[in-house]
Amino acid sequence: MPVLLNALGKLPGAFSFLPLAAVLALAMLVAGCRPEPPADLTVINGPDPGSLDPLLVTGIEELRAVLPLFEGLTRPDPATGRALPGLAERWEISPDGRHYTFHLRTNAAWSTGGPITSADLVYSWRRILEPTNACQYVNLMYPLHGAEAYAAGQLKDFAQVGVRAPDAHTVEATLDNPCPWFLDLCAFQTLSVVPRAAIERDGDQWIMRHPPFSGAYELEYWRISDRVRLRRNERYWDAANTRSRIVDLLVMSSPATALNLYEDHQVDVILDKPLVPTELLPVLAKTPDYHTFPMLGSYFVRINVTRPPLNDPRVRRALALTVDKPRLTQRIAPTCEPADHIVPGATANYLRGEGQHRDPELARRLLAEAGFPGGKGFPKLSYLADSSGGGGGRMNERVAVELQDTWRRELGIEIEIRSLEKKVAIVAQRTLDYDLSRSSWIGDYNDPSTFLDLFTKANGNNRTGWSHPEYERLMRKAAGEADLGKRALMLRDAETLLVRDEAPIIPLWFESGFTLNSPTRVEGMFGNVLDVHPLNAIRRIPSPATK
Amino acid sequence: MFFVKRILFLVPLLLVISSLSFALLRLAPGGPFDHDRAPASPEVERLLRARYHLDEPVWQQYGRWLNDALHGDFGLSLKYRNHTVTDIIRQGLPVSLSLGLLAFGFAVGVGIPVGFFTAVRRGEWVDWGGSFLVLLSICVPGFVIGPLLAMIFALKLHWLPPALWGAPLQAVLPMVTLGLYFAGRVARLMREGMTQTLQSEFIRTARAKGLSEFAVLTRHAFRLAVMPVVSYSGPMLADLLTGSFVVESIFQIPGIGVFIVDSSRSRDYPLVIGLVLLYAVLLLVMNLVVDLAYGLLDPRVKYD
Repeated sequence: MPVLLNALGKLPGAFSFLPLAAVLALAMLVAGCRPEPPADLTVINGPDPGSLDPLLVTGIEELRAVLPLFEGLTRPDPATGRALPGLAERWEISPDGRHYTFHLRTNAAWSTGGPITSADLVYSWRRILEPTNACQYVNLMYPLHGAEAYAAGQLKDFAQVGVRAPDAHTVEATLDNPCPWFLDLCAFQTLSVVPRAAIERDGDQWIMRHPPFSGAYELEYWRISDRVRLRRNERYWDAANTRSRIVDLLVMSSPATALNLYEDHQVDVILDKPLVPTELLPVLAKTPDYHTFPMLGSYFVRINVTRPPLNDPRVRRALALTVDKPRLTQRIAPTCEPADHIVPGATANYLRGEGQHRDPELARRLLAEAGFPGGKGFPKLSYLADSSGGGGGRMNERVAVELQDTWRRELGIEIEIRSLEKKVAIVAQRTLDYDLSRSSWIGDYNDPSTFLDLFTKANGNNRTGWSHPEYERLMRKAAGEADLGKRALMLRDAETLLVRDEAPIIPLWFESGFTLNSPTRVEGMFGNVLDVHPLNAIRRIPSPATK
Repeated sequence: MFFVKRILFLVPLLLVISSLSFALLRLAPGGPFDHDRAPASPEVERLLRARYHLDEPVWQQYGRWLNDALHGDFGLSLKYRNHTVTDIIRQGLPVSLSLGLLAFGFAVGVGIPVGFFTAVRRGEWVDWGGSFLVLLSICVPGFVIGPLLAMIFALKLHWLPPALWGAPLQAVLPMVTLGLYFAGRVARLMREGMTQTLQSEFIRTARAKGLSEFAVLTRHAFRLAVMPVVSYSGPMLADLLTGSFVVESIFQIPGIGVFIVDSSRSRDYPLVIGLVLLYAVLLLVMNLVVDLAYGLLDPRVKYD
């Protein structure tokens, strides 16, 4: 040892920067570590949110971070996800279901003080529709009269759009058609109330400049790739029921790290399945911390119907009828439910009709009728599986391998797997540069139309090249129908046409929601089909020692 | 004069690097606003692209970017649309810098003594044991070491926190994970340098002159033997300071390493360019520093 010390002591001049570097590093470390109070509740929220501006958010992790910050006319019930009174304390709906009158709370206030009025709401909705703002979720507003035309720039006069503020505490909304999910929609983050003055003053970066918030929490800070820290908004009308004072929403990219932190009791809740290692799900399923519940999501295969032989419905049905969905789901997504339909069973206003079944015999007959007996002469198709990062990517490829095997065995046809990076895959899907493609969809609101609208001709998310006059007719008719029973029947017929008769898609399973939280450590966590978990209801149960 | 020329040379080099990466990025299919969910309408998409000037020809976009960059504005990130590129780098760089410096200190602090002793005790068990560990640290990748260390020291022993950044203890595991590979490289370079130096003429002369073995090793051999390490430390430091995707993801550290990968995945053009330039500048500056150190250490090296 003394040899070493002496040697270091006699280091040549240039090496004197070593101790200097060490001191510098420590100094920076200490400077970087401002002592912060620990959070009262720590939640692993997933990837980095791209934004916290309700206008810009689209990803689930962004929507989750925005929910506590801004509130709309309604807010989601923590247990069921359905709309509860939010900034509006009550409302009336006209008998034809097209006119809503909302009455705002007189005690609704911004986090910086000052009342929230109906003018704030009209501003917020107009901001979504303003064409230059290019809001990606603007289509959610289309039930509102004139909204689509205004967003497309065809209607210039905002006064003709169906939202008005007759006085400071009343908002009137007029819809084109009855919309059974309109109250739920008013709770959706995009439609929440945002502060006009701050946005006009600070432009693109307003959210980072301590603006007023309308929700249960205000943003204390947002450190990219670290955390979003929220502090209880004491001026929120329901602040008395906000159960945790400081909440950290942690950014997390590695599932193993998420689980380490959870096991080490440094976090209270893990939201989302991709945030725990897939291989460990069966082990975790045996613990009381594991919670899974049906949600509005479907995992399915898109078929490009513009390419022969896939333009023949018999070929598409043959592919669909051979897939053993229960087996596939059991092997790859064991927490999920196998799907013969595109609309999850738990969806509101939904009536289930006949779906895709497994019938390999019929499949072989259909394939032979289409001119490929025993798969003879069938061209080699490719299956597009994107690598959407981590466990998800491997899952997509495992599905591809299963399908490849099934179709070779049952139909005698060959499928080649084409693995692409996410963005490249999206472009391939959009431009119909694929044969078969892995897909999924999470519903925006609790109604079958959030799934069935996808496959109308004009929808940008159709991406199969498929359209059908009868389907268009049924969807249009359902949209104008006020009687929910009749409407459900029309939507049922549309879905049957889509999945049973035409099969431009092959549903594989319905997604399940998932949270990891100990019933003895955390309360206020519920599972619901919208997979929303309002933070104001959640708190860490104080341990007996610290009580 | 030499260094002035080198610094002046940076300017055209950075221009070439920025224009090349600008062009390469645009060749990749998909853009920042291509998500699973299509924009509400083609019109929305058009407006979105227009808002960030993505509808202009590439050379025009580059000109616009260059003009802004010369005024110190590297633009808004296209993924983090409430943040500028400068903001993101300002937030992440200090974290990556401190982690990188710590790891550098660890690599040099462990690597040099290990290399030194394994060379001096060549052929003995110290050499065999040390060389084996060195080989191990080079071969086993960070994504194995990191989780392993977290499992042992955080989950089993509860000595250290398993992840996150903010307290000094939280820096230990990432520092070791990041520094271990480099420590191995340094140890090997040091061992080779030392072995070669010990066989050279001037060492024989020094010994013949009756100098103590200690003086021979430290005062004469070490100076020359450490040269390969010095020239390696430039790129190593640049590599360490710009953060590591693997280590930053394993320990969820808010540095800039994750952005180097993620920004190209999300086609966040301005952020990619900003980071590429940052890396280029760091690398070039570090190499310059190494050349400086060479001049100080080796009397045979002269710059005019």
